[in-house]
Amino acid sequence: MSSLQELSEAVQRGDAAAASGATTALVGGDIGPADILNRALLPAMAVIGERFREREIFLPDVLLAARAMKAAMAVLEPLLLRDGVAKSGVVVLGTVRGDLHDIGKNLVSVMLQGAGYDVVDLGSDVDADAFIDAALDADAAVIGMSALLTTTMTEMAAVVRRIEERGLHDRLRTIVGGAPLSEAFAREIGADGFAPDATAAVERIRELVRR
Amino acid sequence: MKVSLARRLAAGVVVGDGGWGTMLAERGLPAGAPPELWTLQRPEILAEIARAYVDAGAELITTNTFGASPMRLSLHRLGDRFEEINRRGVEIVRAAVGDEVLVSASIGPTGRLLAPLGNADPAEVSRGFAEQARILVAAGADVLCIETMTDLEEATLAVRAARSISEEIAIIASMTFDITPRGPFTVMGVSVSQAAETLASAGATLVGSNCGAGVEEMRIVAKAFVEVATVPVAIQPNAGLPRRQDGVLVYPESPDRFAAAVAAMAATGVGLVGGCCGTTPAHIAALRRRIGR
Ligand code: B1M
Repeated sequence: MSSLQELSEAVQRGDAAAASGATTALVGGDIGPADILNRALLPAMAVIGERFREREIFLPDVLLAARAMKAAMAVLEPLLLRDGVAKSGVVVLGTVRGDLHDIGKNLVSVMLQGAGYDVVDLGSDVDADAFIDAALDADAAVIGMSALLTTTMTEMAAVVRRIEERGLHDRLRTIVGGAPLSEAFAREIGADGFAPDATAAVERIRELVRR
Repeated sequence: MKVSLARRLAAGVVVGDGGWGTMLAERGLPAGAPPELWTLQRPEILAEIARAYVDAGAELITTNTFGASPMRLSLHRLGDRFEEINRRGVEIVRAAVGDEVLVSASIGPTGRLLAPLGNADPAEVSRGFAEQARILVAAGADVLCIETMTDLEEATLAVRAARSISEEIAIIASMTFDITPRGPFTVMGVSVSQAAETLASAGATLVGSNCGAGVEEMRIVAKAFVEVATVPVAIQPNAGLPRRQDGVLVYPESPDRFAAAVAAMAATGVGLVGGCCGTTPAHIAALRRRIGR
């Protein structure tokens, strides 16, 4: 009999086969799929994020853990849908114009999908209007932007401004993240939210959607 | 007459140049635009920067080819200008500085993760580095500078590829480290001793570090390299991490503080010193004053 603990450990080790196996074993038992997600997968990724921030582990470990989480999600997702666990909403994600760093943004994407969001991932080097048009197309409530360069973080201000110009701020909320950013910067440019890591990003987006 | 890098290192500390990307940004390169664009569009500005570094006392000048591997250029949709960007990158610096100054041709990371972690095919990455090195050497580079690497496998592929093009050319292999509670590691988890050993045996004639968080952090990295390296050590820190002040970028390290810290590293056995992002001809001039001729 597999336990939540074993699943969490498999994800943290980055062992996709074990994570998928443990999930399959668990879904036959009496723990519901939402509990498997909330009590094993998401906490495991939170531990990974924290250990990476402290550099106890490195980028390859983080990427492997994200891959193991995805493998577990592939087992869980149909069951979550079957149980009618409501989709949390649509989020448009991208790295801003001029910036090619997409690893952090991809982690945010994995975590959001884990938390039940449909993610429209625009990739990197994304222009202000492309963010907005994609959000309108997909009927997304939130635009998430990532930037890793001090020179491109100002692009985020341009996107926020563009949303205002197009008169869409009552429809579209923005959240920003990336290593050089801070809460203060997010406030200064008028973004609706900031998250220091992928786990926090899920929480902040949940708050934004609720508002 | 031109004196080789090896002869210069045998005679004393070699002073290289400082940052390029930040110098270009200051002169109007739009945020996010690839610096290699100006090799095609504004060669006179590259020549001016190269001469400013020589006037400041640099003996070795870097080319504007850091992002000119085929994979990296194609991220910027400049893949079709690959040959021209690399060849002209060397030619512009050579024409600006003459024959006695060393031209160090920069080779940066592809920007992709190697399989199986990512989807870049190691054989294709290796071919790309070899092609780039071949053009740079044919155009007259004296040194190949493989820099800002974080993945030891990618760095090793680049060094081997460069060595396969020329048996005698000097190769600098330089990685970027974070300071962790357990000492310096790259974001991919490579230690200084792993880097020093692996890159030297792959064919690098200098090993070391560039970029990073600033001179304080680099002091720790430099010390670790000097302790373990079997070949000369190259250290090129940036002027700290940039901060935004009233809308403009400010690098915290002044020329004097930068020069004092880097000269201290040279005194402990580093062979080649210079600067990375945020350093300017003023930083290199201050460094040259402390090191002497
Ligand atoms: C939507 O809401 C949200 C919420 C939270 C969000 C979010 C969005 N986005 C992120 N988060 C948060 O959650 C994530 C998970 O917890 C976190 O994401 P992070 O992205 O912070 O963390 C990732 C999980 C791991 N971190 C990373 O992936 C970044 C690692 C480092 C090594 C890095 C890499 C890998 C690269 N680089 Co670049 N690179 C560096 C980085 C140095 C370092 N050691 O950190 C940094 C960021 N790079 C830098 C530089 C200068 C550059 N890079 C460049 C290029 C590259 C590569 C292409 C080689 C590669 C990117 C590969 C890729 N596909 O992403 C160049 C720029 C290219 C461009 N136009 O974008 C170039 C300009 C170098 C050059 N001279 O060409 C520096 C930035 C300095 C600054 N503050 O401006 C840098 C700090 C290195 C340094 N020490 O100087 C949080 O921030």
